Amino acid sequence: MMVVEARGLTKRYSGSTVVDGIDLNVRAGECFGVLGPNGAGKTTTLRMLLGMTPPDGGSLQVLGYPVPAKAREMRAQLGVVPQQDSLDPDFSVLENLRIYARYFRLRGPDLEARIQELLSFANLSQRTDARIDELSGGMKRRLSLARALINSPQLVILDEPTTGLDPQARQLIWQRLRMLIAQQRTLILTTHYMDEAQRLCDRIAIMDHGRILDVDAPAALIRRHIEPHVVEVHGPGVDAWFEAEGRALAKRDEKIGETLFCYADDHHALMESLNRHPALQHLHRPANLEDVFLKLTGRDLRE
Amino acid sequence: MTASAPRYGRLMAAFFSLRWIAVWRRHARVWRKLAGPALLGNIGEPLLYLLALGYGLGAFVGELQGMDYVTFLASGFVCASAMNTATFESLYSAYTRMAVQETWNAMLYTPLALEDVVLGEAAWAASKSLLSATAILLVAAALGAVEGWQAIGVLPVAFLTGLCFGAMALVITAVARNYDFFLYYFTLFLTPVLLLSGVFFPLEGMPDAIRIGAEVFPLSHAIALVRPWMTGQDLAALDAMTHAAVIAAYTLLALALATRLLRRRIMR
Repeated sequence: MMVVEARGLTKRYSGSTVVDGIDLNVRAGECFGVLGPNGAGKTTTLRMLLGMTPPDGGSLQVLGYPVPAKAREMRAQLGVVPQQDSLDPDFSVLENLRIYARYFRLRGPDLEARIQELLSFANLSQRTDARIDELSGGMKRRLSLARALINSPQLVILDEPTTGLDPQARQLIWQRLRMLIAQQRTLILTTHYMDEAQRLCDRIAIMDHGRILDVDAPAALIRRHIEPHVVEVHGPGVDAWFEAEGRALAKRDEKIGETLFCYADDHHALMESLNRHPALQHLHRPANLEDVFLKLTGRDLRE
Repeated sequence: MTASAPRYGRLMAAFFSLRWIAVWRRHARVWRKLAGPALLGNIGEPLLYLLALGYGLGAFVGELQGMDYVTFLASGFVCASAMNTATFESLYSAYTRMAVQETWNAMLYTPLALEDVVLGEAAWAASKSLLSATAILLVAAALGAVEGWQAIGVLPVAFLTGLCFGAMALVITAVARNYDFFLYYFTLFLTPVLLLSGVFFPLEGMPDAIRIGAEVFPLSHAIALVRPWMTGQDLAALDAMTHAAVIAAYTLLALALATRLLRRRIMR
């Protein structure tokens, strides 16, 4: 079953096309990542899924409901973790969950049990009476996640769930997201962290300029777009070495700043050559999602 | 009319769904946390003003329209306070919830619709108006400036007045880019309305332009209802209904316009 089905989804703002006729299929139970540079159209796409932004074209079904026509009904089964924590600063941790539950018309002993469950899921059982401004960034994000789960949603949409968090806090969020994935919930998340996308997502859509450039499992994307071996080279004389030896040995190359990226099906010849040039620093690694991302979206700085 | 008919339909449907009560409840729970100072302000402020102006200024004024100045003033105050309370709530507090705290966005991620948020905000603003009007009525009664139990009738008027000015303020909030923008509304609209609607002095001696101008705006109609009821004067049923209808019409127009402008701002 498809949780999200979008056909030709389009959004324009004053003449410029922000989302340009994308097709999107998200399957039940998968963790689906939307990866793209700033301004690629990720957040606008998510807002359309939520029914917060009316599309200018195309058709969209989320959880079987046509959106935006039946967005309100759809949202009863949806959880949202926004990019900016929108927790209620006037309430404690516990009250935030209780008040939010009322927006779903949830109440009674079942709700109280659910809240206790979510507090322990979010590692906040000891902080139930804390005010929001007393919480760390990681705690706030965990509370946002708990709040998004108050209605036991089938689908959870997360907009950059770990942006701005320290490594420990990110690990904890990832752990919790994996628990949700293990519970067969469908997750859609945007991120510009490659490691996050690679760790969590079953499938990834790479987006740029309002279009989806490719969709697949991370490993499949890497296989399709990038040679299996990458050798990064930098140091004095890197250009001379490349002209003399590297160009013949690398299947493809990219220069970003001071670093030369050599892509190859077999790295042995490259490594032998580099070992004869001790002035050059080099690192051999397998191809990763970042290579795919940079190849597909280009290397220009986005601001 | 054809374009706005479905909007009223959606507002109506949202009203009867009662989903907006969840929004109202959230605001009421925040208020309850700070109820002490809020209630002190609600009672203390009008008490001071009625004592100082009612008796201080009243000593020079004497009787107005056959009543003590403090009685005249108290009935105007109920309306002015309903107006101010709802306006502040729907400007500053609502703007904070909309643009700073992201409270509205968080609500809109749930089965609440924009109409529910607007209705909940307006109903909450009106509830605060009701609270402050009740406080003033009690203070005025303690000062002997209320004639008879029919004065209870001013409370629904205060609620309606709060709903009206709350909804109008939401229209301003919908187009505001910062808090300073509200000063335009105060200086160009609210203060003239406050001064020229018959709160502090009767409009009988005023030039026609001002008297007719005052009738265009809802505050004078609220006063036309509240003053007779608080002071035990006669008010014909038809007149009462006309005044209430004017305020109600402003309320409905403002609710529809606020919803439309907020949709343009938030759901874009």
